[in-house]
Amino acid sequence: MTTSASARPGLWSIRGPISRNTFWTLAAIGLLTPVLLWWGIALSGWVEKVFMPSPAAVWDRTLIWFDEDNLVGDAIISTYRVSAGWAMSAAIALPIGLLIGTFRPVQALLEPLTDFVRYMPAVAFIPLVMLWIGIDEGSKIAIIFIGTFFQMVLMVAEDVRRVPTPQIEAAQTMGATRAEVIRLVLLPSAKPALLDTLRITLGWAWTYLVVAELVAANSGLGYAILKAQRFLQTDKIFAGIILIGAIGLVSDQLFRFLHRKAFPWLHFK
Amino acid sequence: MAALQVSAAPRIQVRGLGKVFDGETRVVALDAVDLDVADNEFVTLVGASGCGKSTLLRIIGGLEYHTSGEIVAAGRPVRGPGADRAMVFQHYSLYPWLNVVENIRFSRQLAINREHLTSSDVEVAMGRADALLDLMGLRSMARAYPTQLSGGMQQRVAIARALMGRPEILLMDEPFGALDAQTREVMHDLIRHVFKLERATIVFVTHDVEEAIYLGQRVVLMAPRPGRIDTIYDVPLPAQRHQDMKLDRAFLDLKKAVVERIRETSGMKTDFELLDKLSRAASST
Ligand SMILES: Nc1ncnc2c1ncn2[C@@H]1O[C@H](COP(=O)(O)OP(=O)(O)O)[C@@H](O)[C@H]1O
Ligand SMILES: [Mg+2]
Repeated sequence: MTTSASARPGLWSIRGPISRNTFWTLAAIGLLTPVLLWWGIALSGWVEKVFMPSPAAVWDRTLIWFDEDNLVGDAIISTYRVSAGWAMSAAIALPIGLLIGTFRPVQALLEPLTDFVRYMPAVAFIPLVMLWIGIDEGSKIAIIFIGTFFQMVLMVAEDVRRVPTPQIEAAQTMGATRAEVIRLVLLPSAKPALLDTLRITLGWAWTYLVVAELVAANSGLGYAILKAQRFLQTDKIFAGIILIGAIGLVSDQLFRFLHRKAFPWLHFK
Repeated sequence: MAALQVSAAPRIQVRGLGKVFDGETRVVALDAVDLDVADNEFVTLVGASGCGKSTLLRIIGGLEYHTSGEIVAAGRPVRGPGADRAMVFQHYSLYPWLNVVENIRFSRQLAINREHLTSSDVEVAMGRADALLDLMGLRSMARAYPTQLSGGMQQRVAIARALMGRPEILLMDEPFGALDAQTREVMHDLIRHVFKLERATIVFVTHDVEEAIYLGQRVVLMAPRPGRIDTIYDVPLPAQRHQDMKLDRAFLDLKKAVVERIRETSGMKTDFELLDKLSRAASST
């Protein structure tokens, strides 16, 4: 008996297989459709330019921004603010999350508190941050930090808790001390999940950029968007948003690449 | 006579051991358990699900604490886990970031194995890891990662890793429970072989009666609610086991006795009667 072609599960079978070609074709359709729609609407003239500029106008504005308004500088300062806030957050969240995920008393002490604080909107901290830190670089980084830190702590704790108990207990019955279990089992075991958490929270950090640059900034992508709004430069708002998305996409792909390189055993087929 | 008693002192002594889980509902997982396991003995624990097999094993391993009674293992009262009592789990215990040989050598990184280390010790250890690779038939997979191995191969690695530090006692909690029947038979002969070569004392938990008899010198049958030891059977098989023995009269008789006793103690007998009654009622209408 030979397997007939129809025995292959169809495209719509649950968690069914998909060929590389089909995947990338669909991905291209998914990415291009909104752009084409946008283009179509802008060309049709149904919507006024000030509400929806055409892709060509956005592209032109991006070039002008690049040539005359220091786009690269804006991108760099924003990347710096986001990275700094996120890195500071990681530097503190990783050890604290590790402790929460490892020791129950620390969990009891800190997790409910963190859970509570993370529901407070980062925007609402702006007046406090300005009062406490002032209006220089530090305050922008602080807003990003507040936006990411509490979520990050909880995610790190969960990553550590997800380490399978038998991995820990096997080490203990081989004579591992508490410190050795943390260093030789918990950390290496949680590492891939931790890298994913860092990747996801970096994305969130970017979403706080505009909020952070509300605070007396005079440079940055978020600031440029805010200023463009004041002058009704809709095309620049579009350009800024798309740029932030593009930078996020690139950093996300970098993290995924790093994941494949650092944890090859998770990517065997 | 006294000297003889010392040399024959049990590797594991359990006296009046009790364990109560005081959660939302109070569970008496173990009640007044007495058990001696001799040096270089292979004991298997069977019984219905929830009768406390894992709890007893974990208390011996120091991974769970008892709430009454006493327990002495490898000559010391049990106070937490230690390298003298290695444990093999059903799954998820291998380190996926380490390859096979690195998993097996894991315990070499630990401080207890690094203190007073001489270069000849290191050589011996390397030789031992090599020997375990051969013993477990893992030579060709030494550089593979656990995710690339079948379930049976993963368990071979877990056993080799547990043996690496030459534990006095090897504790196994349904280590072959997730394997298919054919792989399991191979593992049975392998673990008997390991037992003979390594001269370890083995306590092996299973819910498979055939496995319990084929592997053990004694089969300890436990009963639930409260968890306790019900009967201890001596296995009438020679030290050198062979798959054909599973069809021997003596083997089958013991299997029948154990299976029936498990049914009685687990309350399944009444279920069968109930089923019977229901089917008769259904056919009479
Ligand atoms: N951590 C725990 N907390 C509460 N109850 C538990 C815990 N572990 C086991 N038990 C209970 O103890 C009893 C014995 O469990 P266990 O030793 O796992 O049985 P077995 O291994 O024979 O199936 C069961 O009733 C189980 O629900
Ligand atoms: Mg169990």
